[in-house]
Amino acid sequence: MHTIKEIQKEIIEDFAMFEDWIQKYEYLIDLGKELAPIDQKYKISENLIKGCQSRVWLHAEYAEGKIIYTADSDAIMTKGIVAILINVLSGQNPSEIATAKLDFINEIGLKEQLSPTRANGLVSMIKQMKLYAIAFSKQQ
Amino acid sequence: MLDVSKIRSQFPILSRKVNGQNLVYFDNGATTQKPQIVIDAESKYYANQNSNVHRGVHFLSGLATDKFEESRNTIQNFIGAKHKHEIIFTKGTTDSINLVASGFKTFLNKGDEIIISEQEHHSNIVPWQICCEQSGSNLKVIPILDNGEMDMDFFYNLLSENTKLVAVSHISNALGTINNVEKIIEKSHSVGAKVLIDGAQAASHISLNMQKLDADFYCFSAHKMFGPTGVGILYGKEDILNALPPYQSGGEMIKEVSFSGTTYADLPHKFEAGTPNISGVVAFKSAIDFISNLEVNKIAKYEEELLQYATSELLKIEGVRIYGTSKKKSAIISFNLEGLHPYDIGMIVDKMGIAIRTGHHCAQPIMERFNIPGTVRISLAVYNTKEEIDLCINAIKKAKIMLS
Ligand SMILES: Cc1ncc(COP(=O)(O)O)c(C=O)c1O
Repeated sequence: MHTIKEIQKEIIEDFAMFEDWIQKYEYLIDLGKELAPIDQKYKISENLIKGCQSRVWLHAEYAEGKIIYTADSDAIMTKGIVAILINVLSGQNPSEIATAKLDFINEIGLKEQLSPTRANGLVSMIKQMKLYAIAFSKQQ
Repeated sequence: MLDVSKIRSQFPILSRKVNGQNLVYFDNGATTQKPQIVIDAESKYYANQNSNVHRGVHFLSGLATDKFEESRNTIQNFIGAKHKHEIIFTKGTTDSINLVASGFKTFLNKGDEIIISEQEHHSNIVPWQICCEQSGSNLKVIPILDNGEMDMDFFYNLLSENTKLVAVSHISNALGTINNVEKIIEKSHSVGAKVLIDGAQAASHISLNMQKLDADFYCFSAHKMFGPTGVGILYGKEDILNALPPYQSGGEMIKEVSFSGTTYADLPHKFEAGTPNISGVVAFKSAIDFISNLEVNKIAKYEEELLQYATSELLKIEGVRIYGTSKKKSAIISFNLEGLHPYDIGMIVDKMGIAIRTGHHCAQPIMERFNIPGTVRISLAVYNTKEEIDLCINAIKKAKIMLS
């Protein structure tokens, strides 16, 4: 298992290869399509993170010292970014997640997608992922 | 015929680039761009005329007051109001509606009814919910039909002697429907109800005459008609405005203040407490002059042409569904592509320099009505062109390919 830092580094390297926004967006769309589906029983309003435009469902499970996140979104671009966040944080231990610095967001040029004004639910999603981590770290 | 390239040249922002592409601005329903004369009027005001209005005896205060009141005259003429003091300056449509809702609740008793429609912008829903809650009256809603028109038979059945106010939009911002407000006003008056028309999407697209229309209140925003943000109009009939209690209180709106009792100023000042957005009001006149020079009817004709073209081009894309297909429509097209989320489409076309709106357009009940999370909305203005529509259609096609 790679650390959060290592995974971020890989993602930054992946994105550095794209020549234009089209390649970048196509990659995000592909990631969105490939995201492991969330169990339907977790796609409920309690797990819904409301953005003004797109919606995100997030579920977290804690086992053997690690958090496994599953998620979904109704917009595919949002889902692509959700997939990256899961890629970075899922499978890590709670205290690592809680204190993780997600610098890669700036570096891969997705900062605007993750600004609160975008209202796509992603900012709240990160917050929610960290809240789960804080809650689970107390169980450690 | 309008000389559109000449019109375009008056809007400096239209020549800027977005994401390296020429800007195609199709979000005019949210706000329009501003012509140079409006920008100039605002800066000239501050460079040359600035002072507070209706106060000082000095030269500049007189000049600023004259300019401010000249705007009121221009708007009175533009909408065919009987009296100049029937024009109240507000912050915008939302502010105008809140002003009326806040005062109107004092006229209402338990069991009275206010009627709105399913099509309304949140600005014409929430103030009435609060008004009803505070006065113990009931809010009734006219449903809309599949084509985006109001169900008029349902409306006629809702009307009764309990109806005290009917508040509906002239044009739906989310569907583009031009509502039959003449009929709504006539029928409402026949049961003694007052009528407020939310004209945010209509002013500058439809020629207005308040004396003919006979609405009791009419609200609109300067920023949606080439004017500055933060300025709006409440038109109200003189007798009703006189009866309506003040909204905000403080300076400017009083006749005499003493601790044994305060008397209010006459119209329109009774509703204009505090220092207003003077530069905005002054520049709004230039926006109206701009519109009047082009002539509203010619604007409407050209926009209709754009609407027809955009609609037919859009419908050539497989899987397009347009929401709002009424015969009488303004140049607003709300649509979805089968299986695709509006947000994704908006994100991709943005990269191609196309500014369109995605989401629920502050009209969530409509989205619920059609059971969709939102739509993509193209809203056109007089400076838009068929070439821009082609660019937009191509961008949408590109988005469709990328997303499917
Ligand atoms: C139909 C309608 N009503 C009201 C409003 C609110 O206008 P404002 O935000 O200028 O107060 C809008 C603006 O989007 C609108 O389209």
